[in-house]
Amino acid sequence: MSRYTPPEQSKTGQIFDIVVVVVAIFVALWLPLKLGLAGAAKSIDALDAKTWEALGQNPTMASIWEKLGYTPETAHDIIQNRFHYVIDWPTLIIMAAVLIGYFVFLFRASDREYRDVINEKFDDK
Amino acid sequence: MTITLEPTIHGDRVSLLRVLGPAHVWALGVGIVLVGEFTGWNFAADKGGALAALIVCWIVGLLYTSVAMIDSEVTSTVAAAGGQYAQAKHIVGPLMAFNVALFLVFAYTMLEVSDAILLGDTIVAKAGVEGLTHNSFIAATIVVLAWLNYRGVLMTLNVNFVITAIAYISIVILFFSVSPWTQGAVLKLNELVTPGNALPYGWIGVIAAFQFGIWYYLGIEGTTQAAEEVRSPARSLPYGTMAGMITLLIAAAMTWYVCASLMPWEYLGITYYPLWDAGKLTGSPLLENLLFVATLLAALASANGCINDAARAWFSLGRDRYLPSWFSAVHPKYRTPYRSILFLLPIALAFAFIADLNQAITFSILSGVLQYTFMSINIIMFRKKWPLGSIRRGYTHPFHPLPAIVLFCLCVVTFFAIFLGFGSQLIAMVAFYFLISLWFHFYRYKFVRRGDQFTMPWPKPQGY
Repeated sequence: MSRYTPPEQSKTGQIFDIVVVVVAIFVALWLPLKLGLAGAAKSIDALDAKTWEALGQNPTMASIWEKLGYTPETAHDIIQNRFHYVIDWPTLIIMAAVLIGYFVFLFRASDREYRDVINEKFDDK
Repeated sequence: MTITLEPTIHGDRVSLLRVLGPAHVWALGVGIVLVGEFTGWNFAADKGGALAALIVCWIVGLLYTSVAMIDSEVTSTVAAAGGQYAQAKHIVGPLMAFNVALFLVFAYTMLEVSDAILLGDTIVAKAGVEGLTHNSFIAATIVVLAWLNYRGVLMTLNVNFVITAIAYISIVILFFSVSPWTQGAVLKLNELVTPGNALPYGWIGVIAAFQFGIWYYLGIEGTTQAAEEVRSPARSLPYGTMAGMITLLIAAAMTWYVCASLMPWEYLGITYYPLWDAGKLTGSPLLENLLFVATLLAALASANGCINDAARAWFSLGRDRYLPSWFSAVHPKYRTPYRSILFLLPIALAFAFIADLNQAITFSILSGVLQYTFMSINIIMFRKKWPLGSIRRGYTHPFHPLPAIVLFCLCVVTFFAIFLGFGSQLIAMVAFYFLISLWFHFYRYKFVRRGDQFTMPWPKPQGY
């Protein structure tokens, strides 16, 4: 098998590739954070009565909250800010499909490239 | 880390010195990871309650034991710089190697971001000055550490060893200072973790907590980054990695026990510095200050190691032409991968200024879990392509393929855990890796020298 000689990349080409990587990082990862689309999906289950008892805190817990500088009013939004684990099946299926599709593509495309590597490496000998 | 980049007359060629022993391997792994005890693990309590945080501590410990076993075998055989990146190049192929390097870069860069946020918030909380924000401290941490890495004035592993030891000892001191053998005097576990609140979300909360359970140990696999610098990889890597795991398991158990016995789970689940809070709640100024300093030291040691590791992985991508070769330049005077360091600096800053601690940690965890999924499949392929006896292995892990199967199953559970509460971040991150992989496979790969990707003196793999 003839040895593959890759093209030399121009400086402009290198700059373009760097820009592509930066754009991909910021569009896919940074933008969802900036737009508030990422992060913990929690919401506050508000209570009318803001007492340690209503917040489910026994005297030991209440004393620690107070030691940390909280009152029932200020601790309310922390204690009542909860996850609500309802499985959204369509989203779960999309997530699973994306993940599986990603790994299948990764291993299949890698294998094609790997055959190039092995052929060139061992056919040289 | 004592990674030395030496340009030769042929150009930018990396030359690494074999100077490290098992203690350095331990310091390399634990130094990056120990910050996880000072922040992050406690978000598992937020997702599932205090007891869930303990359950995942042990189950995820099993995941990492599998990682350590698998990694020790592959790395002691593929004793090349780059760790999992070099493994992927030799066992799976260039596209996988490209992704694995990106997993490393983002796991470490987001860990660095988390460290900087922790450091900034801890200082702001300690100062207690109205209107003081963490931004200047975050910027200073990231820029100064990047500058140190640029100059090559790295904290060596010996220094990291000392810092890590101080941070670890502070946890041990805290543990024994609160009379862990007695309840009621300082610790009040049975009053804070009750049958009614131990698992506030039930068992689905335990599964959800897997996400942050990863944070107890994330980065221990970084020990393999030093494969080419270790005097005896076959001995040092398994010993150092396993010793690191044992160290972390003990630290994680002590940390959970003290913190869960000192603060309600709702507070434990949202605080950025649980161990420092634990020090405060003991009422001892000495312990409070000790844990404050230890939190800063752990964050600094981790961030410094992360900058070095992330830049090194990015540098490797440039050197192999997976990314523009511009990144592969070595500084003529300081012998550091300075362009990679400078390129990753604004990215770290950009995320540090807009991300919450748990968002930054989630990005890091996601990259880590993607990498562990790769590792579980990688070891199966490794044994298939080069069966036992066909090549010399530095270490052969027992019970194959059980650790790989356990690892894969726990990764699937962790993906589901991330979906519970952080699903949009998971999809964003996988979409990023998918898109960048398409770009690599259909465009960038043409610049890669095929045969140069395989450098080990092994026979042709079976099936090719």
